[in-house]
Amino acid sequence: MYSDDRYYSQEHEWVEPTEEGDYVLGITFFAQEELGDVVFVELPGVGSHFDAEGEIGTIESVKAVAELFAPMAGEIVAVNEEVLDRPELLNEDPHGDGWLVKMRPEDASAHEELMTVDAYREFIGDVDVDPELGEDAGDGVDDDLGDEASDEEEG
Amino acid sequence: MASSDTPLLHTPLHSAHVAAGGRMVPFAGYAMPVRYGSQVEEHHAVRRAAGLFDVSHMGEVFVRGQDAESFLQQLTPNNVSKLAIGQAQYSALLNERAGFIDDLLVYRMASDEFMLVINAAGRSEDVPWISERASGHDVEVADRSDEMALIALQGPEALEILRQLCDLDLDNLGYYHFAKAPVAGVDAIVSRTGYTGEDGFELYVENQAAVALWQDLLRVGGPHGLVPAGLAARDTLRLEAGMMLSGQDIGADITPIEAGVGWFVKLKKGAAFPGSERLAQQRTEGVKQQLVGFELEGRAMARTGYPIEVNGIQGVVTSGSWSPTLEKSIGIARIESDQVFDRPAAGSSVTAEVRRAGVEGHVVKLPFYSRVK
Repeated sequence: MYSDDRYYSQEHEWVEPTEEGDYVLGITFFAQEELGDVVFVELPGVGSHFDAEGEIGTIESVKAVAELFAPMAGEIVAVNEEVLDRPELLNEDPHGDGWLVKMRPEDASAHEELMTVDAYREFIGDVDVDPELGEDAGDGVDDDLGDEASDEEEG
Repeated sequence: MASSDTPLLHTPLHSAHVAAGGRMVPFAGYAMPVRYGSQVEEHHAVRRAAGLFDVSHMGEVFVRGQDAESFLQQLTPNNVSKLAIGQAQYSALLNERAGFIDDLLVYRMASDEFMLVINAAGRSEDVPWISERASGHDVEVADRSDEMALIALQGPEALEILRQLCDLDLDNLGYYHFAKAPVAGVDAIVSRTGYTGEDGFELYVENQAAVALWQDLLRVGGPHGLVPAGLAARDTLRLEAGMMLSGQDIGADITPIEAGVGWFVKLKKGAAFPGSERLAQQRTEGVKQQLVGFELEGRAMARTGYPIEVNGIQGVVTSGSWSPTLEKSIGIARIESDQVFDRPAAGSSVTAEVRRAGVEGHVVKLPFYSRVK
């Protein structure tokens, strides 16, 4: 589920280093589980520059809004156009076809600021539980309350 | 709403929800399943086949006695005298300014007995309000909410599913009619009502019978596509159906006429009720605030609390969501002017402020979705 050749942010994003020194970015399985059915994705244009933790886009599920943050400073070099048309890809394949953007970092060692897979699994309380089997991975009761869109949720 | 250190109440079906993978969230003081898997799939199941909802958090208040009918005529805006035994109506509890204390259903159980079905969040205010006004009338008010469970079976397959477990002549049980009958061997009030815009039934049973009934319905309904559905799907279903959510779309500072549900206000029924004077005035003079339905272009959603402008009149979104059925961004807004204004026509321009950007749309006459009957 959570691959060890990737790095993870506290905002529940993953990045995967590419051979060219870029990073592919997406949201984690945990994030999409918390959000529920994703119906809208807003991403920046290719060529945009962001500071670390800058707001680069928005993901909306039926119940909640999540801002997408740059896990590192850099430039957007590619955008997954397919998720704009098929936002459900974020639920169906968050670590694969549901990738969001590719960034070229200002600092090639930027991923060192992020979590390793072990640290991330501990962060989400997924130490011994396979998320595909265990509904108890993470508590998940703080989002999507019946009548409240949780604006504060950060995917 | 209960504060975080108040233990959440459980419905009799709580363990069944947890076992089925329901995500339990606090709602009106109860731990309730918001969804079991995908809320969109649960929504589609109700539109295309059937869904099963635990709505046991709803309250049931019985009003019984010689004056029951006349008392309720003086308490609620709809015409209780028009109700036959076995019939229900949508109505409300209104304050003296005609604002909603709660919306409710009134069931006529007998010539001298009624059941009021109220919202969980309204119970602490509704029950004292009813009891206080009952003094001087020959009625008994009994809050039986804690003894009763409520299971809603909703969707085009609901009739075929329930037929297998109940001997009632369900084909001839009309919309907003009910009967007492055993369902799967359990004594139930079988009511052809719901909060989804689909055909369906609401089954009122004693708490201890709820789990067996829930399981029997899922077993019999499974081959028809019946799935358990959570609060999240219930919310998108009711919004598409243009139904108000008490405490969110409607509340103490808006009247039924302003909310666009003035059809249930019966001013000529021969009894004054809280707010009736103000409602009569609004019928004559018009209103300065209204609820309107809208849809937006694109996929961005205007959520509860977002600013919105309709025909140049400012307002705020009270409910906004993605519509899984229509595949559009839809919502209800409350708009307010310092002058009386006419209901904005369908197609009127709408601009919602979504994350500091204006998103265009237009007014839609409610409901957004009506089933083909």
